[in-house]
Amino acid sequence: MTDSNKTPSGNGTGNGKEYKWVGTRAVRPDGVDKVTGRAKFGADLHLPNMLVGKVLRSPHAHAHIRSIDTSAAEALSGVKAVVTRDDFSDQPKGAVQPAGEMTINYRDMVRNVMAREKALYEGHAIAAVAAVDARIAAKALSLIKVDFEVLPHVIDPVAAMESGAPIIQEDLMTEGMEQSPGAMTNIAKRVEFGHGDVAVGFAEADVVIEREFTTQPVHQGYIEPHACVASMTEDGQGELWLSTQGHYVARGHCATLLGLDVSKLRVQASEIGGGFGGKTVVYLEPLALALSRKACQPVKMTMTREEVFRATGPTSGAHLWVKVGATNDGRITAADAVLKYQAGAFPGSPVAQGAQCAFAPYELNHVRTVGYDILVNRAKVAAYRAPGAPIAEYATESVMDEIAGVIGMDPLAFRLKNAPKQGSQSSYGPKFPVIGCIETLEAARDHDHYQTPLKPGQGRGVATGYWFNIGGQTSATLNLSEDGSVALVLGTVDVGGTRASLSMMAAEELGIDLDKVRPMIVDTSALGYNMLTGGSRVTFAGGIAVVGAAQDLIGTLKDRAAKFWDISVDDVEWAEGEARATNGYTDNMQPLSLQEIAKDMAKTGGPIVGAHSINAQGAGPSFGTHVVDVDVDRETGRVWVTRYTVVQDAGKAIHPSYVEGQYQGGAVQGIGWALNEEYIYDDKGRLENAGFLDYRVPVCSDVPMIDTVIVEVANPTHPYGVRGVGETPIVPPMAAISNALANALGIRFTALPMSPPKVLAAIKAANGDVTTAN
Amino acid sequence: MARIVLTGNLQLHTEGVSELELDVNTIRQLMRQLSTRYPGLPADFEDEVAVSIDGTIYQDDWFAEIAPDSEVHLLPKIGGG
Repeated sequence: MTDSNKTPSGNGTGNGKEYKWVGTRAVRPDGVDKVTGRAKFGADLHLPNMLVGKVLRSPHAHAHIRSIDTSAAEALSGVKAVVTRDDFSDQPKGAVQPAGEMTINYRDMVRNVMAREKALYEGHAIAAVAAVDARIAAKALSLIKVDFEVLPHVIDPVAAMESGAPIIQEDLMTEGMEQSPGAMTNIAKRVEFGHGDVAVGFAEADVVIEREFTTQPVHQGYIEPHACVASMTEDGQGELWLSTQGHYVARGHCATLLGLDVSKLRVQASEIGGGFGGKTVVYLEPLALALSRKACQPVKMTMTREEVFRATGPTSGAHLWVKVGATNDGRITAADAVLKYQAGAFPGSPVAQGAQCAFAPYELNHVRTVGYDILVNRAKVAAYRAPGAPIAEYATESVMDEIAGVIGMDPLAFRLKNAPKQGSQSSYGPKFPVIGCIETLEAARDHDHYQTPLKPGQGRGVATGYWFNIGGQTSATLNLSEDGSVALVLGTVDVGGTRASLSMMAAEELGIDLDKVRPMIVDTSALGYNMLTGGSRVTFAGGIAVVGAAQDLIGTLKDRAAKFWDISVDDVEWAEGEARATNGYTDNMQPLSLQEIAKDMAKTGGPIVGAHSINAQGAGPSFGTHVVDVDVDRETGRVWVTRYTVVQDAGKAIHPSYVEGQYQGGAVQGIGWALNEEYIYDDKGRLENAGFLDYRVPVCSDVPMIDTVIVEVANPTHPYGVRGVGETPIVPPMAAISNALANALGIRFTALPMSPPKVLAAIKAANGDVTTAN
Repeated sequence: MARIVLTGNLQLHTEGVSELELDVNTIRQLMRQLSTRYPGLPADFEDEVAVSIDGTIYQDDWFAEIAPDSEVHLLPKIGGG
């Protein structure tokens, strides 16, 4: 086994090389199971004597919990266990631990999975029961008596920052700011990035535009609700099956919250029906384990769609201020922004990442971004594709578009004139490595879409987006079978086609047919640690691990061949799926195929396994540029997206169909974010649209076929040049659509969503009908 | 000596210093020297940061090499969805 943070070189050398498998549109290994219904998702596991778990949730946005009386529920026939705050030990104050992608404050997490002193949002878990069936579990919930003292609440981030606002957490201290002794606040953190002096830059500008924007919280909208089955036995051993983006990370969270040894909890990820960042955290799982521990029976828990909306993390709503200055010839002289993001009831909005990405598509001498992380009475936000970036870049890309229009410059030419390249100092500090920002802008400019004239009344918008991408801890193993086929053992949840892309890299390295590689995602006890699937990391980091495992396997194969031939391993090479003798032995020895070596592996030393574990570094950042055409029904305010093109740098597309799918999916989610999706609260802080009938995500009839262009500027830190592709596509759509609407109507919208009532009101206001404007 | 740039909120714990030069060969050495020089840095600060070495971003990698002429930026750790 190899274990190194050095990236293995592998067979890939970036772009320009012909591959047998990499870059093809191979059949997906999970396809048959998914189209035939065999694939098992979170709710599909059934165990003998399994109980049904349900959660009692707060009806109040903010309330003290004076008492919880579960006695009647516990006395109900068929109820096997009830858990409340008393069943979870508190976690140390102020202690954060590395876990998954980020550090985790387990004191917050234990309060999020089960309310303790206060209910902090409508839907906050108060108690959970396990019973022999769902009807009895529901009846038991109705018998639990909770004495609430209802408190004032706050949802809006700006209102939450004002003095006198209801305080969500009385002991909160603001990180990054001086705070008056004794003063209470909802501001969890202030961050600032930038360089130069924006005052100097604005003084050099011919044109300065300053705008304020608002966005609403939106949900990731995964089709499969959260679901799990937990089973704990009398000896303290546990098993957990769940729908998650990272079962190793979930294992760590659950073990911490339940006081278990990590190795005593064996966790298996189910197939996943979408995550988009929303399944990087735990909600039901610690409750199911706690219930199972009490009942000593397996417990299944599933969320309803309504619970998903009320109790799981959407992304932040925000208030944004942006100011940009430029010269009349299109050079940006200064850029400044203040971003205020809702965190939900606990600190942790993605405002720092939003602040870093806000102006990343530009090379700037004078730039500053300030961000605030603000507590409000909503479920704690969770990651959502490129967390933080879409919100910030919606505002900044809107202003960039407006300023290009004021100086009379084509918006792509304006972006090209200010685009960063390798060595440019990013707006958040470091110099960029090899990037493809200019290449995506040029591809968008030259695309048929951008060159095609609009029809009367239509508008066209463009926007550019940026996301970092990440690497992280990853393990992979290749087990050679006696017939020469190979099992690819993975621990990274396949959200977006990574079983296919990783198998293709394994086949490419080994020089064998793809159908001889069978990928499988195993439980946490069967493979070394794997960080969760997020940050667009798995084809990048997993690819490095798989290439390393293949090189490890090839090393053993060459060694066995050398023994067979009785020559030095230095005289053996591996090519096209076989060992070949070299250095003068070529004429005397026939090549040994993988099958031949596998057949005799018992006689040459036993099982042959290749393995590699890595903490992958050097993820290649990705830029994308979107072009969108819209038509507007002037009588209803309905916006039709008539044409949409995504151009993005993938480094190297291992499986182009999956890459295109990521581009298309991000664009469609962005269309929903731009035009319809929002959380609507009543005056008591209760969500009014907790279902897909009232929270409207795009359906097929809402969107055109999304065209895609894969730009390939190889990432030099990956054997095949891969960059992550899953997150950047959701960054540009909101600004691109807003810019298209401005082009169509001459109206600059500054609030999301641009839903029909708001568009209609703006059209009427522009026509002088002030009674309908909002 | 490598050029070290502190971004985000780190300079609140470094007496306002946002740039300095240090003789370090690895991220581990960098973290140790910063902790020694600025005892006000939180004990777990290295768990909260990513380190860019000449434009390549490292997270949780003590032994990534820093060259004498490297430009190093400390950033907030990056997650994703």
